[in-house]
Amino acid sequence: MSAVSTTGELQAIADRIVAQAKKGEQIEAFVSRAHETEVRVYEGDVEHFVSAQSQGINVRVISNGRTGTSYAGTLDESAFAEVLAEARENAELGSVDEWAGLAEPDGVAVVEQELWNEKLAAYPTARKIELTKELERLTLGIDSRVRIDSADYSDASVESAFATTKGIRVSGRENGCYTSVSTLADDNGETQTGWGFAVGKYPDEFDLTKAARDGVDRATRLLGAVKPATKRTTVVLDPFVTASFLSIIGSTLNGEAVSKGRSIFANRLGEAVASPVFTLIDDPTDSRAYSATDIDGEGLAARRNVLMRDGVLQMFIHSSYSARRAQTASTGNAIRSNGTPGVGCLALQVGLGTKSQQELIADIDDGVLIQSVLGIHSGVNAISGDFSTGASGLMIRNGVTAEPVREFTIASTLQRMLLDIVAVGADIDWLPMSAVGVSLVINDITMSGV
Amino acid sequence: MHGAVANGFSRLFGMTMTDLSHEIDASILARVLAAGRATGADFSEIYIEDKRSTSAGLDDGKVEQVTSGRDRGAGIRVIAGDTTGFAHTADLSESGLLAAAGAAAAAAAQGGGGVYTVAFGPMVRQSVNSVRVVPSSVAKSRKVELLMQANDAARSIDGAIVQVSVGYADSMKRILVANSDGVFATDEQVRTIFRINAVANGDSGMQTGYESLGHTMGFEMFDDNDVAELAARAARQAIVKLRARPAPSGAVPVVIKCGSGGVLFHEACGHGLEADLVAKGASVYKDRRGELVASPLVTLIDDGTMTAEWGAIGIDDEGHVSKRNVLIENGVLTEYMWDYIRARNESRPQTGNGRRQSYSHLPMVRMTNTFVLNGTQDPEDIIKNTPSGVYVAKLGGGSVETATGDFVFGMTEAYLIENGEITEPLREGNLIGNGPQVLKDIDLLGNDFAMGGPGTCGKDGQGVPVGDGQPTLRVKSLTIGGTAA
Repeated sequence: MSAVSTTGELQAIADRIVAQAKKGEQIEAFVSRAHETEVRVYEGDVEHFVSAQSQGINVRVISNGRTGTSYAGTLDESAFAEVLAEARENAELGSVDEWAGLAEPDGVAVVEQELWNEKLAAYPTARKIELTKELERLTLGIDSRVRIDSADYSDASVESAFATTKGIRVSGRENGCYTSVSTLADDNGETQTGWGFAVGKYPDEFDLTKAARDGVDRATRLLGAVKPATKRTTVVLDPFVTASFLSIIGSTLNGEAVSKGRSIFANRLGEAVASPVFTLIDDPTDSRAYSATDIDGEGLAARRNVLMRDGVLQMFIHSSYSARRAQTASTGNAIRSNGTPGVGCLALQVGLGTKSQQELIADIDDGVLIQSVLGIHSGVNAISGDFSTGASGLMIRNGVTAEPVREFTIASTLQRMLLDIVAVGADIDWLPMSAVGVSLVINDITMSGV
Repeated sequence: MHGAVANGFSRLFGMTMTDLSHEIDASILARVLAAGRATGADFSEIYIEDKRSTSAGLDDGKVEQVTSGRDRGAGIRVIAGDTTGFAHTADLSESGLLAAAGAAAAAAAQGGGGVYTVAFGPMVRQSVNSVRVVPSSVAKSRKVELLMQANDAARSIDGAIVQVSVGYADSMKRILVANSDGVFATDEQVRTIFRINAVANGDSGMQTGYESLGHTMGFEMFDDNDVAELAARAARQAIVKLRARPAPSGAVPVVIKCGSGGVLFHEACGHGLEADLVAKGASVYKDRRGELVASPLVTLIDDGTMTAEWGAIGIDDEGHVSKRNVLIENGVLTEYMWDYIRARNESRPQTGNGRRQSYSHLPMVRMTNTFVLNGTQDPEDIIKNTPSGVYVAKLGGGSVETATGDFVFGMTEAYLIENGEITEPLREGNLIGNGPQVLKDIDLLGNDFAMGGPGTCGKDGQGVPVGDGQPTLRVKSLTIGGTAA
């Protein structure tokens, strides 16, 4: 990836497009350029090495209350006029929407973060390959029952510039990297799978030993897993599973969904919607978060928002559009897409408890530790609130983990799960996801097996 | 700088159906492929894509989104021994392509080096379908009109319908693949899709209904399909579920309606029959060719040639003509699905299953349209012969862990079966089973084969369009993930 910034060039393109606005017309232009590297190692050799460059321009036009958008995956000079013309044409077809409009500058200051790491930008390719091989070697050295599916390294750098007729002008660049290993463990003709990963601002911060150990432990501890009996029980969600759960909860707090009658939490501001031990925060300004960022999808400052405090619903998240509809202000939660921006959480985290996972398990006589979930996208409906997902993990008996179990589901409703949270762990894990990982103990879940 | 692709952005959105080979100088391709092998690689390939798309979305009674897009670029793959180097670029000039080829070659470098020339075979121009109405020839206002029709139809079903969102999208993807083995092929893939989401509100909270229609065809899709009818179905689904009770928990017999459950096979065995997963020992179906892996009732096909179906392709994304492949015949595993690399490693022909999401992705083994052939039973008899169980009328998505064979799929419309009759509607949930076991547990197979709705299959971060289908069938035991005892 290039260490030379070209954000000025991208800003000039965005400015030029916005400058073409006609009287009464609002225009937003987003211009970006990205570079990605991907290394996959298998059996000591590079299986593939990907070096990828992409670029693009997105234009949104709002005219007489109608919105149109257009994009092209190029920064070819000849494309700019066409993309703008197409967005204008599309705007003629949209419905008149009294709330349509670009974000107004709101004076909220950007929280300075170090989103660009020069050491990552300058990191030699050969060492990226070497560390991926090292991760594979470390993983294979721990347990002879373990094979590797793949060891991967991935990094990306993005430069972008944003301009609007409302006077918002921002540009910047970010980069990030992670490495992961996908494992297979065999015993007695049976195979189980696991994974481990490491994140860091640049590769020298990776804890490869931990990634290897996690990859081995996750796969080997499921060997001999059986299908459990059907019953109601207490679950401990492993940090990785909690992160998926938090993302779903975050989606129910989308202010646009609330306005459109699609949120189970509509009309419940100020009420206790979760257990008192649960505090949910969206904080993209915490630079420890993998998805930390300084601006949202409409160019407003990203900010820390407390969504639930001690179980009480504090607020919904908004873009400028959903905020206008709800007669409130944007919370800096616009999410970019190829069309009109949506609304979403940027970097979720929770108020931490005091116990390690082991200590949480010690408090449970009878339960199950959920190591991984399968099909959370197909079994959870954030509108009806039904929650049902495939799972595997370890039974918990008398305060310690016991036999491995697989091929079962866990089910409840999102509302009940939030109220049934009995403890949040202290074992925070910064995952390469938009939500943090931490152990979560939830009562009264239906485990469906034999 | 010599432009490899002759048309610039002047024709950006005025699209016509010309195959990409008319816009590309074959001698440039040959030079790029030669450059890819300059460091001693044994294979180089260029994949050029030019995709134009339009989408429109209605929500809350308003047309909120009308978007146009264009993605155009080339991916260059170079293979040296077991190492693949890949680079992609949106710069289709000769210098841009040569730079990408150099990057890919460096990535795959294994020493050696040399000068190569590429002699292309006769060009294969395999267009997946004969599109009657190219979507770009239809006024966008007509597309927007469809959204409104669907919205009105869904809302008119019942006052309990409180929200409706509707989406329309079309895309025309022109691809060209050339490689150092002399493959030179093009395809034009036109897809059109329409989706409706309805929300109903009742005493027990909100419920959702979803219907979609998608084909590898143009705007003529709407000649034979009424969006109002589709919308009404989505609305009724949401309304019916307002009186749904929690789904049972535990193992029960499950009857799956025709045309709704192909995703079961996609997950239970489709992914496990992909040669890349098999080669790494990450599939329960490894080393099982010739063995009985399913009920003898089951014959499973993957067929990229099914014109108009969502997973249809003229050529795969490695330039090979799509095929109809029998994967399981009368319960016996006959064949895996293959891409170029895995087939080469085994010195066998590939099967037209090398696919990629876009020019910026590496190809790998993927399904196309995957389906189970008809059995002989009357579907009504299947239900009558099931004293108690669950009837799944519509399935959602699914996932599989291929190494263990455990898989799940969601049920978005399901009912109890009591005394051989369909009775109460059930709330949503996942079902879980183990692929090899579930395939053996299929004990009744109907004669009412139908293809299902359009799907997107995700693997290793890439999504590709796939189709699926099956007749009504019964699995004698599947674990259902509800909350009721």
